[in-house]
Amino acid sequence: MSEGCRSGVGDENLLRELAPQVLGAVIRRFRDFSAAEDAVQEALVAAATQWPVDGVPDNPRGWLIQVASRRMTDHLRTELARRRRETLVVSQAAPDEQLAPAPDEDTAIERDDTLVLLFMCCHPALTRSSAIALTLRAVGGLTTAEIANAFLVPEATMAQRISRAKHTIKTSGVGFQMPGRRDRAERLAAVLHVLYLIFNEGYASSSGDTLQRTELSSEAIRLTRAMHNRLPEDGEVAGLLALMLLTDARRQARTGPDGELIPLDKQDRTVWDRSAIAEGIALVSKTLSRGSVGPYQLQAAIAAVHDEAARAEDTDWPQILALYGLLKRMSDNPMVALNHAIAVSMVHGPRAGLELLQTLDSDARVAGHYRLDAVRAHLLEMAGDHEAAIARYHAAAERTASIPERDYLRSQAARLTSHTSGT
Amino acid sequence: MKYMLMMNAKRGKGDWAVMSWPEADLKAHIRFMKDFNKELTRSGELVAAEGLASPGEARVVRARKNGTPEVTDGPFAEAKEFLAGYWIVDCETTERVYEIAARASAAPGPGGVPLNLPIEVRQVMSAPPVEA
Repeated sequence: MSEGCRSGVGDENLLRELAPQVLGAVIRRFRDFSAAEDAVQEALVAAATQWPVDGVPDNPRGWLIQVASRRMTDHLRTELARRRRETLVVSQAAPDEQLAPAPDEDTAIERDDTLVLLFMCCHPALTRSSAIALTLRAVGGLTTAEIANAFLVPEATMAQRISRAKHTIKTSGVGFQMPGRRDRAERLAAVLHVLYLIFNEGYASSSGDTLQRTELSSEAIRLTRAMHNRLPEDGEVAGLLALMLLTDARRQARTGPDGELIPLDKQDRTVWDRSAIAEGIALVSKTLSRGSVGPYQLQAAIAAVHDEAARAEDTDWPQILALYGLLKRMSDNPMVALNHAIAVSMVHGPRAGLELLQTLDSDARVAGHYRLDAVRAHLLEMAGDHEAAIARYHAAAERTASIPERDYLRSQAARLTSHTSGT
Repeated sequence: MKYMLMMNAKRGKGDWAVMSWPEADLKAHIRFMKDFNKELTRSGELVAAEGLASPGEARVVRARKNGTPEVTDGPFAEAKEFLAGYWIVDCETTERVYEIAARASAAPGPGGVPLNLPIEVRQVMSAPPVEA
């Protein structure tokens, strides 16, 4: 945390929960997303300093809306004065009359505001990095400094990224409303993708202060959970939440004391988070029983099969293979094809998997990718061809841009080399 | 994705060749660099940028057997080019990184003519590992 003033964890959770609702209310009233966003950030900072001292007000949301609205009024008054100075045009109504705070709006609308905001911040007109930054700030209630720290860029750079995102929203005419029925599915997919990227950034963090970055994963889970609470019938929202929980449950076991990667089959399964696994499995079982299956649900189901095995050798690979088969039919993603080949090897032997990999050599999206070499190395090792495996491990280590992954691949090659020369 | 862009420049007599340019050209070059960095901050892509002191000030350090530093003074006759400065940028695509590198390469030299210096582009090892 960059601000020491956020002392109470309870207060902080409450603020994060309220942030999008307050922002939604202020946008509804003033119709200016960019300025409203700044005003709400100021109100959140004010609350973070005052509440630990004065206590949490009886109506915290009302308090935040009032403070933010006051900031908006001040901002508009300054803006008006500036314009008046510049153009000598006098507004007909006093700013106070235009902007008198309305009574607190009803809860149902405010609850939906979180969802509307998410759709707005994850609009396809924005670049991925802009959508991520804006979502974390506007919906997650994180400060610009916190987001900058999490992504290891200077605060000034992150501030510009957020301000450009707001500008794009303003100029592209994205309104503060739920997307229409026609593009609802596509817009929802964009939101889920952004949440997934935020989760991954934290989960797979390979550089920087790990603690700071894992917070991104919990934030992604929190936002996805909020979304699931609002759209409980949507299978893919439930599937994404389940996938995050089932993956995050393995976090503690995934790295060794020096940050080195520990593959799934070597992990200490006793440290996996049982309650997260139980919740994830319950979610995915419920949604799969409803029928309409999507990619997130399938990935969650695969994660659930892994998590259910007490030992690596107990893994139900035939079931995983069947699930990858479905997933492969659903999405033309070479990474899915790679994982499918691994599952094939676990069921039908490494030669069958290696044969499948040959078809990927001509796929430009993955042909030069280190993952193809890494998987091939693994399967060659399984097949007993150590010399070829070592060469593939080296090739993969050379191409990856992840330090833990590179170290892992190099140590695999080194292990095989000493093993081969020793026998 | 984060990339480091390294600008290599020829040295003069232990100093940057840029030091022998006419004042106006030098000033134009400095202004370009300042504006360029501002532009990268505004686009939300700048992670870091530094210019390095002249190669005449360079030292090479090696550890002696007991671990203490052994410092060798420059200039190093064998090296014709030196790292003059670098940028670290965070971009969505490699196309964009190349675009930025080309802009840096075209920094103005004597008479305002683009220098077209080689910019070495290297990815920073900060990608997340893929979950198997």
